[in-house]
Amino acid sequence: MSDQPQTLSATPSGTFDSGNSSLITGHSSLSPGSHVRAVHDEFHGDLLEVSMGPHHPSTHGVFRMIVTLDGERIVRLKPVFGYLHRNHEKLGEAVSYLGSMPYTDRLDYLCSMTNNWAYALAVEKLAGQPVPERAEYVRVILAELTRLLNHTCLAGFLMQDCGCSGTPLMYAFREREKILDLFESLSGSRMMCNYQRFGGCRVDPSPAWLAAAQQLAAGYGRFLDEFETLLTGNEIIMARTQGVGVLSPELAIAAGVTGPMLRATGVDYDLRKVDGYGVYPRFNFRIPLGDHGDVYDRYMIRILEMRESISILQQAFAGLPAGPIMDPKAKLRGFRPKAGEAYGRIEGPKGEIGFYLLSDGSPNPYRYRVRPPSFVNLTILEDMCLGQTVADAVIILGSVDIVLGEVDR
Amino acid sequence: METLEQIRDRLLARFPGAEITVVPNPAAAAQHSLLLGHAQARAIATFLRDDPTLRLDQCSNVTGIDWPEKEIVETTKVSVPDPAGGPAKVVEQKTKRLQPGCLEVVYHLYSVARKHGPVILRLRTANRTDQASVPSLTPVWRACEFQEREAFDLFGIVFTDHPDLRRILMWDAFKDFPMRRDYVEPDDYEWEPTPHGVVLEKAKTHYPVAQPPAVTSDQ
Repeated sequence: MSDQPQTLSATPSGTFDSGNSSLITGHSSLSPGSHVRAVHDEFHGDLLEVSMGPHHPSTHGVFRMIVTLDGERIVRLKPVFGYLHRNHEKLGEAVSYLGSMPYTDRLDYLCSMTNNWAYALAVEKLAGQPVPERAEYVRVILAELTRLLNHTCLAGFLMQDCGCSGTPLMYAFREREKILDLFESLSGSRMMCNYQRFGGCRVDPSPAWLAAAQQLAAGYGRFLDEFETLLTGNEIIMARTQGVGVLSPELAIAAGVTGPMLRATGVDYDLRKVDGYGVYPRFNFRIPLGDHGDVYDRYMIRILEMRESISILQQAFAGLPAGPIMDPKAKLRGFRPKAGEAYGRIEGPKGEIGFYLLSDGSPNPYRYRVRPPSFVNLTILEDMCLGQTVADAVIILGSVDIVLGEVDR
Repeated sequence: METLEQIRDRLLARFPGAEITVVPNPAAAAQHSLLLGHAQARAIATFLRDDPTLRLDQCSNVTGIDWPEKEIVETTKVSVPDPAGGPAKVVEQKTKRLQPGCLEVVYHLYSVARKHGPVILRLRTANRTDQASVPSLTPVWRACEFQEREAFDLFGIVFTDHPDLRRILMWDAFKDFPMRRDYVEPDDYEWEPTPHGVVLEKAKTHYPVAQPPAVTSDQ
């Protein structure tokens, strides 16, 4: 690397509004604290700064990465957030506790049922509200259906990012639509379900609905077999994803990474087992763990988790008790929990989704905080991408599984 | 897991003179927390992370809370002797006192290795204006990096020694801190090429239209 300033660095900086980045950066202008680890000595070229997104098809929404490239290798990557920011938390403080429930659907449009559950769990912790057994079972059924839905879509999107245009995504969306039909017939809405309440669920699933859901769960394994025939052993996908975006378990734990991302590095940490919330301790299921922490492991973990979800679903259908779906003493109107605070978290499909609520005794929360799994999982995006190519950054981002409604809030 | 009082006692034995207070939580969840002083906060956090029995290696959630200044009215009953010699009267006296505001940061810590938690830490700034800073815990837990940036962005809490403290959700030119309780949205917040309706009316008060000079005719 020559010490001469690059000819292009005379370009006025600040063309991108990202703060500390200039358009074209020479090595000398990188601050000593920035993570520059892999610079290829044999290639004494310019460093090129590329803005990927916010309107790039690979960024799953309006996400932007400012990537500094040495040739095709990434030496620096800074994510830029906020294009979908609408200050969800401020809105949550302006409405009543129940008023935030439909708004949690809009955090992550794929996982509205688990978002609802996490919020309901936090409020129930705050107010000491018990939940009837039938509602706990229905919550487990819906959460596992959501997990199937999310992981199927993720696998489809990831393959789309890898360049398998169309086919896997269409197969995934065919199955997604079946689950969305179930959600629609139960809650009235495909994606914005608004189904959980503090102390139970909004409507009781009918026997016909349960039979349809049971049939879907019974047939889902066959779909996974078909999907895996297409993808899992596919030589091109293995060559494309194995050894890419490797994450070490130590860094994953320190950076607060949760969910399938953490388990793909081989760390046995699943809140369904650790916290044992709801009625999960009654079910018999395994936690799949990865070996290498690369993109292929993250894909594989999700496929294996779906198989476990099918087993949980079958156990939940078999054990579903009769009884009320709502706690009869639960208060919907005029709900005012006593002053105090609570943090409730569940294992969402993307990782740990938590809600922190602080009550001052009024009908609105004094502080309403969402702990978004995909936002925190993006902390180590740069570490995973350093030294990889631009095309790999696309699939590494795809394997993190982000939804921008939740990242930006 | 140890109770919070046991953790506090162990911390006080390890860090003599550290400011550690247990903040009780009256809610049903009963998740009490530890309020730390600034001086030894990072040393205590490192200890909690590395201690073999606690091993709080994951910082799950970081968030800010705004506590504005609050006027507290206290009523005290004072018995005033009757000058005419009758029985003493009980009179209520009201005293007003201003509780100073602060910004608070809450950390929820869990242990992946030991599978327990949460231990909740709190840090408070001295005030909400010129001393709104707390020590950053990003050097201890990498997970705090973006979440502390978010608290800085939305609450204006300055984390000293944070490696990259910039706005994260709002744009860089934005001046205010929208999650504060006393935040007032700008008059023309709904920027659009052709503002109309309520926005236009508000913008008019903010940017008054120059009135034409009054015409005075002598003829």
